[in-house]
Amino acid sequence: MSFLSIRGVRKRFGDNAVIRGIDLDVGKGELVCLIGASGSGKSTLLRCINLLEPIDDGEIFLDGVDIAEPGLDPRPVRQRVGMVFQSYNLFPHMTAVQNVMLAPRRVKSMTPAQLAEPVRALFRRFGLEDHMDKYPDALSGGQQQRVAIIRALAMEPEILLLDEITSALDPELVGEVLDVLRKLRGDGMTMILATHEMAFAREVADKVCFLNQGQILESGTPEAIFTAPTHDRTRAFLKRVL
Amino acid sequence: MTDSSNGPALTRRAAYEARLRRRSALIAAGSSAVIVLAIVILVPLAPGWTAVKKSFFNAEVFARTFPGLLQAFLMDIAIFAWCAPLIAIMGLAIALCRDVRNPVLFPLRAFGALYTDIFRGLPVILVIYLIGFGIPGLGLPRPWNSPYIWGSLALIVVYAAYVAEVIRSGIDSIHQSQRAAAQSLGLSEADTMRYVVLPQALRNVVPANMNLFIALQKDVALLSFIGPVEIFRQAGVYKSLMANFTPYVGAALIFLAITIPATRYADYLMSRQRGRR
Ligand SMILES: Nc1ncnc2c1ncn2[C@@H]1O[C@H](COP(=O)(O)OP(=O)(O)O)[C@@H](O)[C@H]1O
Ligand SMILES: [Mg+2]
Repeated sequence: MSFLSIRGVRKRFGDNAVIRGIDLDVGKGELVCLIGASGSGKSTLLRCINLLEPIDDGEIFLDGVDIAEPGLDPRPVRQRVGMVFQSYNLFPHMTAVQNVMLAPRRVKSMTPAQLAEPVRALFRRFGLEDHMDKYPDALSGGQQQRVAIIRALAMEPEILLLDEITSALDPELVGEVLDVLRKLRGDGMTMILATHEMAFAREVADKVCFLNQGQILESGTPEAIFTAPTHDRTRAFLKRVL
Repeated sequence: MTDSSNGPALTRRAAYEARLRRRSALIAAGSSAVIVLAIVILVPLAPGWTAVKKSFFNAEVFARTFPGLLQAFLMDIAIFAWCAPLIAIMGLAIALCRDVRNPVLFPLRAFGALYTDIFRGLPVILVIYLIGFGIPGLGLPRPWNSPYIWGSLALIVVYAAYVAEVIRSGIDSIHQSQRAAAQSLGLSEADTMRYVVLPQALRNVVPANMNLFIALQKDVALLSFIGPVEIFRQAGVYKSLMANFTPYVGAALIFLAITIPATRYADYLMSRQRGRR
């Protein structure tokens, strides 16, 4: 079984069936891209994997263990599954470094002294060492999103879920955030990325999944999806966005 | 913001606005002067004016009672000082009750809602009478029959309901995505509230809470109806002694000396907060 294995997941909000039976496998160190029109269920799928939304049906295996079992404490799972959001969601009343340290301190009971060096190293690696003590509103969108990635990485997750993390950015800031992802890819980080950056998906993804109305209509290598899509809807979608 | 900051000359727009400001200042000053003049000239013409002046604005009575009123006002401040922190704590606790999401704890939610509904739905003076007369009426031994204790409790339970409502609105104003971010990091519900939601929520409602505490400072005077000798009661005592209402005017001035600056400050905080959004 793959590192992350999703089987028959369903999720509805009231009458709105948003995820309608999804199977997905992600191997360790793989980068999987979710593409699809807005409203197709990309965010919801990622939120389900992080147990921010309880699923109605199906199984989600992480390292062979079903994490979606009803009644299971979601917190140990969330420590292993990091998430980065489209709108950064930094805590505005904390500096960048406080944002990053909060969870390791509260959840892993680490002291600021223990965290100081590794956290500084993360900021340095992603070019933000000079901005550690700034509040989010003093940072550009690209910097804020990089802090949000560092915040997720500080918990040392085994898999990272990234939900359209460049969609809220000015075009000239997209590159710096994508560079972070390239570095993480080089580290062998397992990632699922919902994105509209087709060129990037094509460049780095191991697998691309096209979501349509809560189902994976088609999935395969970037090569296969982008050059030889088999489904009409995939072709129509790619025609619109490319 | 505009060119006026870097250019030496006034911009057309700045000059126009300055003209408008001058004109409205003139109008305001002029109309105030007319009203003051009218009062100064017309009121003394009223047939009862000499009587009113003697019983409400008597300088001699004012001078003799003012120090005593100030003294009594210390009691108002003391009552305020021990009620305010208890109100803050209780208001926060009730607000948190109303926010519990765990369905198992639904009774807590219901309690919080019922509590705020009841105490915001009653006139303060009624609660003061019910608690302030009712509980000592049970025949408790000293000091537990003191109207200071039960009167304060009445203020605390009522104002805690208002503070709880304000804090709850602050909690509601924090976007769901903040909770999602905290939870995605593995933070517990309690830590999410304590480190992420509450610090932002409480900051947002500082001005609203200040207005409540200003109202509390005034409502302390209501305790005089069940016994405590604070400024309003003391003014009443002086009124009876000297058969003169001037002590009430003195008490009013003392209240205003506190409440006007505090209200101004709360307004200032409020407008600054709006500016930040
Ligand atoms: N919390 C929610 N409550 C109700 N409906 C929701 C909620 N979250 C998402 N949806 C609905 O689910 C559908 C899929 O949304 P989403 O997962 O955000 O799609 P995408 O990320 O692909 O744009 C949309 O129709 C949206 O309105
Ligand atoms: Mg989305």
